Amino acid sequence: MLSLIVKRLLWMFPTMIFISFISFTLIQLPPGDYLTSYIAALGETGETVDEAQAAALRARYNLDQPFMVQYWRWLTGMFKGDLGMSFEWNRPVTELIGERLFLTSIISIATLLVTWALAIPIGIYSAVKQYSLPDYCFTFLGFIGLATPNFLLALVFMYIGYSVFGVSAGGLFSPMYQSADWSFGKFVDLMAHLWIPVIVIGTSGTAGLIRVMRANLLDELRKQYVMTARAKGVQYWRLLIRYPVRVALNPLVSTVGWVLPGIVSGATITSVVLGLPTTGPLLLRALMNQDMYLAGSMVMMLSLLTLIGTLLSDILLLWLDPRIRYEERD
Amino acid sequence: MAIQNAGEETLEADHSLIEGDGGLGEDQDSEAFGASQWQLMWWKFRKHKVAMAAGLVIVSLYMIAVFCEFLAPYALDHREVEYAFAPPQRLRFFSDEGIHIIPFVYGYKGIRHPETLRKFYIEDKSKKYTLRFFVRSEPYYFWGLFKSDLHLLGVDSGGSLFLLGTDHLGRDLLSRIIYGSRISLTIGLVGVALSFVFGLVIGVVSGYYGGWIDNVIQRGIEILRSFPSIPLWMALAASLPSSWSPLQVYMGITVVLSFIGWTGLARQVRGKILSLREEDFATAALLSGASRWRIMTRHLLPSFMSHIIVSITLAVPGMILGETSLSFLGLGLRPPVTSWGVLLKEAQNVQAVAFQPWLLTPVVFVIITVMAFNFVGDGLRDAADPYSR
Repeated sequence: MLSLIVKRLLWMFPTMIFISFISFTLIQLPPGDYLTSYIAALGETGETVDEAQAAALRARYNLDQPFMVQYWRWLTGMFKGDLGMSFEWNRPVTELIGERLFLTSIISIATLLVTWALAIPIGIYSAVKQYSLPDYCFTFLGFIGLATPNFLLALVFMYIGYSVFGVSAGGLFSPMYQSADWSFGKFVDLMAHLWIPVIVIGTSGTAGLIRVMRANLLDELRKQYVMTARAKGVQYWRLLIRYPVRVALNPLVSTVGWVLPGIVSGATITSVVLGLPTTGPLLLRALMNQDMYLAGSMVMMLSLLTLIGTLLSDILLLWLDPRIRYEERD
Repeated sequence: MAIQNAGEETLEADHSLIEGDGGLGEDQDSEAFGASQWQLMWWKFRKHKVAMAAGLVIVSLYMIAVFCEFLAPYALDHREVEYAFAPPQRLRFFSDEGIHIIPFVYGYKGIRHPETLRKFYIEDKSKKYTLRFFVRSEPYYFWGLFKSDLHLLGVDSGGSLFLLGTDHLGRDLLSRIIYGSRISLTIGLVGVALSFVFGLVIGVVSGYYGGWIDNVIQRGIEILRSFPSIPLWMALAASLPSSWSPLQVYMGITVVLSFIGWTGLARQVRGKILSLREEDFATAALLSGASRWRIMTRHLLPSFMSHIIVSITLAVPGMILGETSLSFLGLGLRPPVTSWGVLLKEAQNVQAVAFQPWLLTPVVFVIITVMAFNFVGDGLRDAADPYSR
């Protein structure tokens, strides 16, 4: 077990270097650089930037260096905890991401908890009472939930919020708490706003999870050990929770690792529609404006968190289900 | 593909008899001896009523995409500026004159609200336009080839027919949705086809050769998969130059969408090949002197083809949603190309949603499409293994 973890951790190192290269290439793919779009934007407002000035700016931001030199500076800087400067915001990337990370993780974790709290009981119920009316209803709702794009749900909530309650559903705080320090009042205000993004982001996940949970549990319930245990007089619900449900939880655990990257990508589209102060819209803007250090660093973080998350899931799975082995086959 | 190695089939059919009747009725047992794998699949799929209905929905949606010029009441860019943001016109069957078998619509009269200056429309009861079928109005080039002016629906000249309302330029939303289906529905197929080719070739190579080639490919796939899909799509889509022509952007987006799709498929193919080549029938073929290539294409490939088809069916809705999301964010297709995502971009802000809720109707089509594909995929998955119960 320990050797497995060490081996996986060691593997992560070359993988990350490779990913950093891909990320940087990806960010550099669009023609031109941040200054090109910046100068174009200035040109629209009537200001002009002459060639010498542009060249000076380029030199200052090292944009005139060849690709490999820029990459090398960024990579070595990363080991020192320096992710570079954001051109657009003119601030260190770490600061920018850091201040949004807290709210993003609150949303992600709240969504995960709600998803599980809904999906696990409903999944169990649907499997135990297969082909009952509630099972059909949940299945149908589940399909709709899976097919509905998140941003549409966000739009619908905005419409309902506007037409029924007369308020705009965007944002995470009321204006009065927007820039206030943390207090009990601000916390209550956050909770009052949090449910909309949580529902919007969590719906498709919940729907998917119900389907998976139901299918897995149905498979387990047909197995002979269930009948044996029943024949020996184990109480039904006790049996259910102790054995089949535990096995059916496997896919939940194997996807729990995806929460980590989710914290950074933060349901980008929903956040854009609802105007949430999370990292997702930051990434989108950075990508569109070719703010390369910001975008590159965020893509890097996403991949790193995915790798860590997958490792965590695998370890959890080993612990939950002793039958699983990760040894290499000869 | 339906023609299979007859000997192998009979063997498998026998096997199914021993194991049970495989979900087939008594009367079909005798047929099952000679039925091909695909026939067995079809019989089982046919029993899945929801999946059959969903299959019909998909076929009709694609028919809409094929015949969109004829089905759309107006051309893609037909503008009626005086009817900007007009709400959907209601089809009416009753008027002062009694019941009408063929419905009609009332004309619109645009009025400015005295305080907000917002334009709104009231029905002008004096103007009545009966719905007409097979009308000749705006000329178009069907598939860009044949000139015609026949439209399925229309009203007499002077009237307007906005069954789903209009957008900010007074363009008929129904027509735009119908035209948009052509882009939205094909982009998923082309994307899936691309990832199918990549996934199959790379998966077969990986499983067939094994050794270091397999290792390199698998590590590569792991790395690619460690990028979360939406941000990766966003990064790739943002890198498409804005100077590209609409067709180039379309192709670019399909490539972007299939960029992640193929990895899952390649893994499945490899896994199947690795397990299937240990099976008795593969060994038997090897002992009979079949070449590795023949075993691969004639024995292994048909055995997991059904699984591959299921997984690509289930991959299509993901790609359709992906295109819709990217276009909605402004990273995907751009006007003048019209897809459902592009149409939804207009409904991006709360004002649009509050005052022009009909701009959200493309979403209904997205949901129907995605659900239909999911149901068909589900039915296919159940049918894919005809020998299982």
